[in-house]
Amino acid sequence: MPHVAIHAKGLEKWFGEGEAKTTALRDVELEAYFGEMLYIVGPSGSGKTTLLSVLSGVLRPNSGSVRVEDVDIWSLGADRLADFRLKKIGFVFQDFHLFPRLTTAENAAIPLILRKRDWDECIREAINYLEIVGLKGRAALPPVKLSGGEQQRVAIARAMVSQPDILIMDEPTASLDGDTGNAILSFVHKNVLNPNRCIVVVTHDNRIFEFASRILHMEDGRLTTAEKGKA
Amino acid sequence: MKGILKLGFKLLVNDKAKFSALILGITFAVYLMMFVTSMFFGVLNHASANIINVGSTIWVMDPYVESVSNSVGMPNYVLDAVRSMHGVKYAVPLYSGGALVKLADGNYQPVTVVGLDDTSLLGRPALLEGKIEDIYAENGFIVVRDAEFPKLENPHIGSEFELNDNRAVIVGIAQVATSGLYGIPTLYTTYERAIQYIPNPRFTISYVLVEPKSMDDVPQIKQQVEALGYQARTKEEFMKRTEDFFIYKTGGGINILIMTAVSFIIGLSISGQTFYTFILENLERFGALKAIGIKSRDLIGMILFQATFTAMTGYGMGVGACVLLIWLAKLRLPSYAAMLTYSSLVIGFVMVAIIAAISSYFGIRKVLQIDPFSIFRG
Repeated sequence: MPHVAIHAKGLEKWFGEGEAKTTALRDVELEAYFGEMLYIVGPSGSGKTTLLSVLSGVLRPNSGSVRVEDVDIWSLGADRLADFRLKKIGFVFQDFHLFPRLTTAENAAIPLILRKRDWDECIREAINYLEIVGLKGRAALPPVKLSGGEQQRVAIARAMVSQPDILIMDEPTASLDGDTGNAILSFVHKNVLNPNRCIVVVTHDNRIFEFASRILHMEDGRLTTAEKGKA
Repeated sequence: MKGILKLGFKLLVNDKAKFSALILGITFAVYLMMFVTSMFFGVLNHASANIINVGSTIWVMDPYVESVSNSVGMPNYVLDAVRSMHGVKYAVPLYSGGALVKLADGNYQPVTVVGLDDTSLLGRPALLEGKIEDIYAENGFIVVRDAEFPKLENPHIGSEFELNDNRAVIVGIAQVATSGLYGIPTLYTTYERAIQYIPNPRFTISYVLVEPKSMDDVPQIKQQVEALGYQARTKEEFMKRTEDFFIYKTGGGINILIMTAVSFIIGLSISGQTFYTFILENLERFGALKAIGIKSRDLIGMILFQATFTAMTGYGMGVGACVLLIWLAKLRLPSYAAMLTYSSLVIGFVMVAIIAAISSYFGIRKVLQIDPFSIFRG
């Protein structure tokens, strides 16, 4: 029986008030397990990014709870929640959000730097992770000198460098061509996923569904169906 | 925190175009502020040149005297009365006035003439050439070697010229601590010769210089002089009164205030705008940092560090530029009226601190407002 990494219950989230009120999540319940790559898929506006934000402690729900490794994250204060995200969750954003004025190694080292570790030690560890994603030779370059796929790999190295238990990937292939996207997800599946890590991927790119352990379909703020993935 | 500050430092300085614009903006503003205030303090210092150079502890004068260069003559009995006051060790007269010198080429040159007490020569300048006792020689004058010295055709000991149709002979060349404000040469002679050579109104004593027996006697001397209908001011008080005259009654103070305000606005607009643009351009990435888990106080610390580092670098460079320019100017014009004082440094520092505070306030406000959720929305 796999261990539960994330347990969400009764999640409701809406934006605006009165006639402008838009409901993004309606009574969402889910469990994500260690060792799995969970996909949340659905059309644009179905609420999957909102769900990802709520699960990762970035966006507070109007009601419901999220337990990550048995910690009710939304009961934490702002500083403790930030600390929790820093230590337990790794983020890979759709647009990478790398700092163009920093080197690739410095970008990858950011989570460690934010944990107030020694600068040189952070850079050394970041270079180790860049080696894992195959970019050690590019450590001293700024991200703008890298291709889209390489930038995404830097973002993955940044997400992995603090060895988080949970990896959140928001539309990881949206800024990449088909082959590169496929290669990235294949890499993540082979090298990043392990029995002690849970990866949650939000996507609408069905070309990468082959790497999913489970796929949850979302529509109009609700999880509609769940299916087993091929991986 | 060190690593986060280093991160902030790299984000700032690696954006070379913006960093240069920020530094240039602050440097230029500081330079302007420092230069204007230095000029002003220099002018004030030069305006008090006679007070500094003569160096008397107490100056007795007509109550309507507002600056040392505009004396009002006092009758001789004031000198006698002051000499007989309690607490006075000694008191001597001083003459200060203007005259016209006719040069060898037939041109006329205005000069300041300081007449020292014949007996004590109190307030005499330090001589570079000649002997002080030669001031008693027939038609003897001592000339001050400063930036205005060449206007008397670089005289030497023995040089002769006409002063208000009287023969004058240079018997010494002196140096003084501070040159005068008005760009005219200064001549020293005895009090008696000064009033003999220069046409005067009925009363000839410009100031009575007083040495108290002790500093504790100063208040009672001031009271006694006031009872006489005149005013006794310490050296510092007289300098302050002269400075106040230039600040409030000549328009100089307002002009300096306007120039300083303009410099401040220029600095604030260049650096404030650039810093804010820098924050805006990195806003999404700051949002990503928030999502990853940076605490608000660390983010604020980073932005404050960036603003402070920029401000202090610009401040240092602005002060450096000002010092360099004043130094270069003084190579050409030794009595160039600019003086870098602690007040100028403090004023510049406070202005820069305000610029940094305002710039970082808007930056911090913007960064704190950004919702990390917006990073997910793309």
